[in-house]
Amino acid sequence: MGHPFRDVAIVGVFNTKQARVLEGYDSQSIALEAALGAIADAGLEPRDIDGVVGGIASNFLYQSRIGPAWRSMSPLGIPAVIEGAMAIACGLANTVLIATGEAGSYRQHASTAPWTRPTNEFVAAYGMFTAAEFALMARRHMHMYGTTPESMAHVAATIRNNGHVNPQAVYSGRGPFTADDVLNSRMVADPFHLLDCAMTSEGGTALVLTHADRAGDLAKTPVHLLGGGTDHYGPSYQHPPVWDLGGVRRPDLVAGHVGRRAAEEAFAFAGLGPSDVDVCEFYDPFSFELIRQFEAYGFCAEGEGGDYVMSGVIEPGGRHPITTDGGTMSFSHGGASVQLFQRVIRGVQQLRGECISSQVANAEVAMCTGGGAGALFTDVLLLGKERP
Amino acid sequence: MSMLIPQAGDIPLPDPGPISAPYWQGCRAGVLRFQRCLDCGAPTHTPALLCAACTSMNLEWVDSSGLGEIYSWTRVWRPVTPAFITPYVPIIVTMEEGWSILSNLVGCEDDSVAIGQLVEVEFHHSGGPDDIWLPYFHHRSS
Ligand SMILES: [Zn+2]
Repeated sequence: MGHPFRDVAIVGVFNTKQARVLEGYDSQSIALEAALGAIADAGLEPRDIDGVVGGIASNFLYQSRIGPAWRSMSPLGIPAVIEGAMAIACGLANTVLIATGEAGSYRQHASTAPWTRPTNEFVAAYGMFTAAEFALMARRHMHMYGTTPESMAHVAATIRNNGHVNPQAVYSGRGPFTADDVLNSRMVADPFHLLDCAMTSEGGTALVLTHADRAGDLAKTPVHLLGGGTDHYGPSYQHPPVWDLGGVRRPDLVAGHVGRRAAEEAFAFAGLGPSDVDVCEFYDPFSFELIRQFEAYGFCAEGEGGDYVMSGVIEPGGRHPITTDGGTMSFSHGGASVQLFQRVIRGVQQLRGECISSQVANAEVAMCTGGGAGALFTDVLLLGKERP
Repeated sequence: MSMLIPQAGDIPLPDPGPISAPYWQGCRAGVLRFQRCLDCGAPTHTPALLCAACTSMNLEWVDSSGLGEIYSWTRVWRPVTPAFITPYVPIIVTMEEGWSILSNLVGCEDDSVAIGQLVEVEFHHSGGPDDIWLPYFHHRSS
């Protein structure tokens, strides 16, 4: 049997303008702008789309009158990309649009953003939100392995400096940052300082997938899905974020390792390993999460992630540069779902060689991720320039 | 430094459902309860229909000793909503019976928390339509 995604290529990607506030937009309008941008990036017309993923993309079906078309309501990041690819691989659709956007849903900042706050009866009364959830995971790792705030701050400074030099980042030009700048920013949820954490912003994003046989005729270099996987332990932010949660079916895999199984599957599909990855477009809700991901995916042994990120590999020019547009800390965190697609968008741009900042020379393989231990899920997608 | 106390403001309160009602009834009576499997003996929390170890639906409610130790902690300075007084210290406690609970540490200075500390439950009246008593934890010496 051939590779399951042999017949699939990503041919269009687009980020709208990202900003703290996008005046004049709502979620529908910014997502539709993203959809049209991705279709144009591919060199296609709206009428070429015969499949969509996501509720807002569904609205695009209606407005453009291009139905009947295949539709999935899968909303969140890499699983949606995998689902769109499966639809093409299975012959359910030829060309799939995935689009989302958020604007106007969070502008009163007295409380943390609505997507950071749980509603569950066993955590809400104790003041929990995403930073505290991820902090409880980070603190346990510090206890087990001696991981330091300095190593986390180095991750945050590296990602924020990628955003600093990216003209399209919400926090473009805000740096450069040192680890000391991160450590000296005010504390949000110990061990996370303000600059260890994602921001909140608004924006839209979209991508277009089509059959690989058609991809060669289109505007941009096609990018292929070499492998992917998704690891989930249950609903996010409703139960205590215990590092040692799980393990009934695979005793070696507890919630603190979330993403390891997904990465193993992705690497097995691709016939690759961590040393083959040229660009690490890792999801960065909090600085510690990058340290954890390097361990979970097998770039280093468990407990060694702190030393690993300090060893010169994650910076521009290092062997495994991270989150090269500035990520959710500096590029954008557009809401509940937008940013979960943007590691994939950036991975495609890196493999095309079209990044206007922090382009990795001769990048062949990009690893894109979403989620994190504090959210009890991590999704992984391996992208490459060669058709698998 | 500041003394950690239970939250007294207009915080989001639990909305007990049919599965969790015995848990909140216990809190109201000053007893911390968890579910234990009648088939394999494993403890389960948060309140569930299935045993977390064997998926049996044959669960009973059991009174906990209320004693545990701190498994992880954070100290929050940016409140989730303005109703929360900062700093507050979310903790995960491993209870003597082998189950985990999320709560807040109270009754000590905010910088005196550490993993492995022994803690004991206490209850505070939060009220609301369901007359909620929230479990918090304080240090104990043994
Ligand atoms: Zn059982």
